[in-house]
Amino acid sequence: MRSVKRSSLRRREEVAGWLFALPWIVGFLAFTAGPMTASAVFAFTDWNIMQPMHWTGFDNIKRALTRDPLVWQSLKVTTIYAFVSVPLQIVLGFAIALLLNTDIRGLQYYRTVYYLPAVLSGVAVSLLWRWVYAPDFGLINSLLASVGIRGPGWLGDSRWALPALIGMSLWHVGGPMVVYLAGLQGVPTDLYEAAEVDGASWGMRFWHITIPMMTPVLFYQLVTGIINALQVFTQALIMTDGGPHNATLFFMLYLYRNAFDYFKMGYASVLAWILFFYILLLTVLVVRSSRFWVFYVGEVRGR
Amino acid sequence: MSKGTSVAIERRRAEKYGRAPRLTRRARRTFTAVVVHGVLLLGAVFLMIPLAWMFSTSLKSLGAVFSIPPQWVPDPPHWENYVEVFRVVPFGRYVYNTAFITVLDVVGKVLSCSLVAFSFARLRWRGRDAMFVLMLATMMLPPQVTLIPQFALYRELGWIDTYLPLVLPNWFGGPFLTFLLRQFFMTIPVELDDAARIDGASFFDIYSRVILPLSRPALAAVAIFMFNSSWNDFLGPLIYLHSQSNYTLALGLRSFQNQDYTAWHLLMAASLVSMIPVLAVFFFAQKYFIQGIVFTGIKG
Repeated sequence: MRSVKRSSLRRREEVAGWLFALPWIVGFLAFTAGPMTASAVFAFTDWNIMQPMHWTGFDNIKRALTRDPLVWQSLKVTTIYAFVSVPLQIVLGFAIALLLNTDIRGLQYYRTVYYLPAVLSGVAVSLLWRWVYAPDFGLINSLLASVGIRGPGWLGDSRWALPALIGMSLWHVGGPMVVYLAGLQGVPTDLYEAAEVDGASWGMRFWHITIPMMTPVLFYQLVTGIINALQVFTQALIMTDGGPHNATLFFMLYLYRNAFDYFKMGYASVLAWILFFYILLLTVLVVRSSRFWVFYVGEVRGR
Repeated sequence: MSKGTSVAIERRRAEKYGRAPRLTRRARRTFTAVVVHGVLLLGAVFLMIPLAWMFSTSLKSLGAVFSIPPQWVPDPPHWENYVEVFRVVPFGRYVYNTAFITVLDVVGKVLSCSLVAFSFARLRWRGRDAMFVLMLATMMLPPQVTLIPQFALYRELGWIDTYLPLVLPNWFGGPFLTFLLRQFFMTIPVELDDAARIDGASFFDIYSRVILPLSRPALAAVAIFMFNSSWNDFLGPLIYLHSQSNYTLALGLRSFQNQDYTAWHLLMAASLVSMIPVLAVFFFAQKYFIQGIVFTGIKG
């Protein structure tokens, strides 16, 4: 009797699981699966939009992997950017969120100011930052000059262009801050109260309560941060256009050039899939590591 | 409010029972507050300098935009630039269009993502973990990959120059925000579900009466993000909207620049005006980010 009841409950949960997930499954089949398949097919052709496509087999793939140094250059640039900017963004965003989760006066104004840059987007921001980094009259070099330092050429200097773009990415730390703030609200206050009763110091409470309870959110930021950093595009296009000497040739920029400047859709599709597998590799490594450091209170293991 | 009272009580106590120990504690708190304010103010100044420059540029004449050395305080300030913005382009129409799309996007996104995230976080079904990995994989696909085939698809459906390509996909979940909500749902103790189920709750009851009320901060974050990205979306409207009466703000901003001329002062003024609604939404939504809203209801 009992086992019959339990198995019908199981079946109901099975059905409910599919029903709740249905919006995404339908959306995936309707809007994503087809275009994905199409781009996988393009990878084996020489399609250039104007003329009918020809099957070229593995030519595109061979060329990308063995005969195109710009593929490796752009992978290198993108990787450096991701490996430097993502940890900086996580630490900085988390630190700001912690400060903005206290009970100081004027909190909502501070929060709004820190979120402000995340609101601005598009062309205006990139142009604004070109002024910040302008070599002779830009904001940073004017400030440096006032204390007697001659600043570098920033976006025009192949050693400083990439660091300049990384610095700019930290300006948008308000987005991650929102996620951390939301996450911090989910830490049950009674945990802190219990710890305080037991005489735990601020540092101990931070390390043994805040950090473990925030690991699901930190995990989210790490995964999406890597994905977004590896797909950086707009800044590179407007601010440096990949230069100088390909020092900021991000992978997505190189892909875009192949697709929309040279109309090599087939080759661009191969590049897109190379990026996809690269992101997949890094994400799998992070996900694999997560079982050692991510802690879920409400975990329901799958079957 | 209660904080002010407790401070007052503390002060009264200090006067009554001798100052020394209370004062040092208060002094330490004041010191911490000063340091926190100092750090936050310094950061705020760094964040605001480029914005101040935008604001300054929006008040200049076009000729003064490029003056060297740069002029911080425009003399005289051209406030009429802000009126000009509404005269040069049908700015009001753009605001209406953008608001229409954005509201539909936010509602659809919050609903659909929370449903899917509930399934991934809370329900056990065969194939769940494989589906979840597939969803994560779609995040890794560069958006430019699916752009052209997607455009072809919407053209076949006759959706070009309508809002359908911009709105409808947002009613079918979406990997980034579903993943975000799933992470939050997994921080809610599963004992709450069990308790509700013993009381006879259906899965939908657990979703709507247990998980959603406890996830207000996360839902607010999702709404903020969607509002922001929808309001500022440039590529989508650029590809799918053709007639000017359908344009959104992000597209409208382009009217201030063409191949050989950019009206910097108007562009900056219009950019600043167009970000006000997003800021307002954030300002009011952030009240959900106050510690203590979420109670687990479980005492160890």
